[in-house]
Amino acid sequence: MLKRACLLCLFLWLAPSVNAEEKQPENKIASVEMLTGTCVACHGVNGSSAGPATPSIAGFTYEYLLSALLAYKYDDDMKALDEMLEKDPELEDLEVLERYGTIMGRISKGYSMEELKVIARYFSKQRFQPAEQEYDADMAMMGSKLHESKCDKCHEDGGRSPIDDVGILAGQWAHYLRYTLMDYHDRNRDMPSKMKKKLKEVWNDYPEEGIEALIHYYASVKK
Amino acid sequence: MLKLNRRSFIKATGASAAMGAIGGLTFPCIAGADKHKKVVVVGGGSGGAIAARYIKHADKTIDVTLIEQNDHYYTCYMSNEVIGGERDLDTTRFTYGELQKDGIKVVHERASGIDAKKKMVMTDKGGSFPYERLVVSPGIEFRWGDIEKYDEAAAEKMPHAYKAAGEQTMLLRKQLEAMKDGGTVLLVTPANPFRCPPGPYERACQIAHYLKTNKPKSKIVIIDAKDKFSKQGLFTHAWKKLYKDMIEWIPAADTGGGVVAVQADKMKVSTEFDDFSGDVINMIPPQKAGEIAQAGGLTDNGGWCPVHLDTFESTIHPNVHVIGDASIATGLPKSGYAANSEAKVCAAAVVAMLNDEDPGVPSYVNTCYSLAAPGYGISVASVHRLSADKSKIEKISGGLSDVEASEETLKREAQYAYSWYDNIVSDMFGARS
Repeated sequence: MLKRACLLCLFLWLAPSVNAEEKQPENKIASVEMLTGTCVACHGVNGSSAGPATPSIAGFTYEYLLSALLAYKYDDDMKALDEMLEKDPELEDLEVLERYGTIMGRISKGYSMEELKVIARYFSKQRFQPAEQEYDADMAMMGSKLHESKCDKCHEDGGRSPIDDVGILAGQWAHYLRYTLMDYHDRNRDMPSKMKKKLKEVWNDYPEEGIEALIHYYASVKK
Repeated sequence: MLKLNRRSFIKATGASAAMGAIGGLTFPCIAGADKHKKVVVVGGGSGGAIAARYIKHADKTIDVTLIEQNDHYYTCYMSNEVIGGERDLDTTRFTYGELQKDGIKVVHERASGIDAKKKMVMTDKGGSFPYERLVVSPGIEFRWGDIEKYDEAAAEKMPHAYKAAGEQTMLLRKQLEAMKDGGTVLLVTPANPFRCPPGPYERACQIAHYLKTNKPKSKIVIIDAKDKFSKQGLFTHAWKKLYKDMIEWIPAADTGGGVVAVQADKMKVSTEFDDFSGDVINMIPPQKAGEIAQAGGLTDNGGWCPVHLDTFESTIHPNVHVIGDASIATGLPKSGYAANSEAKVCAAAVVAMLNDEDPGVPSYVNTCYSLAAPGYGISVASVHRLSADKSKIEKISGGLSDVEASEETLKREAQYAYSWYDNIVSDMFGARS
């Protein structure tokens, strides 16, 4: 008798939750595997890109990745983004800087804020794997010194660290870094004022090969 | 009855073996309960390789067998660069070693039939492979006979170069190399639906790129069975900008519907209105789902496979899923990336269904680059979801690249095309860490 009563309890306890699910299918989102599966055929398995033009996105901070995705999603309406961020206590302090993209603007608009959070969370937990790529040793040496004096204060640990929501530079694809630095130079990508100042110093003091030296240094880092 | 996990099963069989030794008793019902769930995947391309890997990755206890007739695979994508002479065929060749390392049983036989009642796949070598769920990703087959006198023998003179790259690709390449300056290349394109909608038009670009440098007096005439085509604005802009008057496109309306017959020995094709002669003729015929889908009774009257769009399970045969170009994935194009995306949706559904779980919410994507010339890339991308009534895979966002894109953007999109390729083939055939 006791057993039957328990079963009844269990049934009553389960029943409303099943109904609730049936009534609100629009609240269900795809699983993390399903959502991130749509990214990896371009950005690489686990977010480590196998191709030099597409960046690896593994191991960056959640905030960095979400900020990048939102910059693309709201590239035509930053005002809507501000309103969105204000409404979300978790994201009040998120800094979203404009960035230029060829295709991510078209893609990121297909995901809701909730889905983008799932995607950003997943890739933030993957291990960043430095890309297998060639570099010039002399240039890398010069770049290492430049990094130390101009960049390491924010891009810590030789550019390996994602701490404080900065981009992981060391081990990133050189080809991709060249695009981003061109975008910064051509003002197609926004950056914090501290970075603006430091990059200007590199451009002014080493106009010939400063940027290339930095890129070769980042390409030289293998772990 | 108790639900057995692996460990408790080992204990149970250990005990039953001991008891059997003592008392001559066996418990076949328990032995049956542990049998690993069996999935068979037919076809090791953009859809099948991904489905096999993602099923195995999601649940290692599932026995996954991939039946693929060849021990290697040439990707269709990037084969237009081979035809244009910008790429070696070898760079598009991949093998199945990493899938075997994943624990997938790879069988190089040709699937010849499906017994949906007995849940069994048969092969040309007499093999039979039982399954609980079957994933069929056979790609396309040509509708030989739809174009009068275009058969496999005619394809040796007028290559299609439109199924798995390889001999046909190289045949077309060699014909272009042998062609005299001032020659005419006819590119005959089929009506919808067909594999890789922008493929023929990217091919026109790649051939034009070769001719412009090597045989500048030559021309390309596209005889289309359609009045519009994928990325049309982007392609026509690129043709004008890069190749001036070298490429002429003739829509279906001007010929009464495109090519209806060929004369291979005379290197001639006929439309309802006119005949056209070519020095090289690339004849891309109308298509339908791959042979095994036809043999397995998975196709509708149109020759393609109707499926439930949330699981890609056939609406004709339960427990059989069809993905890639062969399926009717209403709302998604027949592209490599769509096949990859469908395979992941299907894999998640198969694993869930085998474990008596809900298949979950699908998410789909397509990204497709075309190379109009070295350093000149264009693209289309879209993100999709299942419509509320599950009748189509509706587009949420996406679109084409900008017709007025800067030189730098065109260059980047070309590089992204190559990195897209590196990553998608790595998803299919690369090592998993």
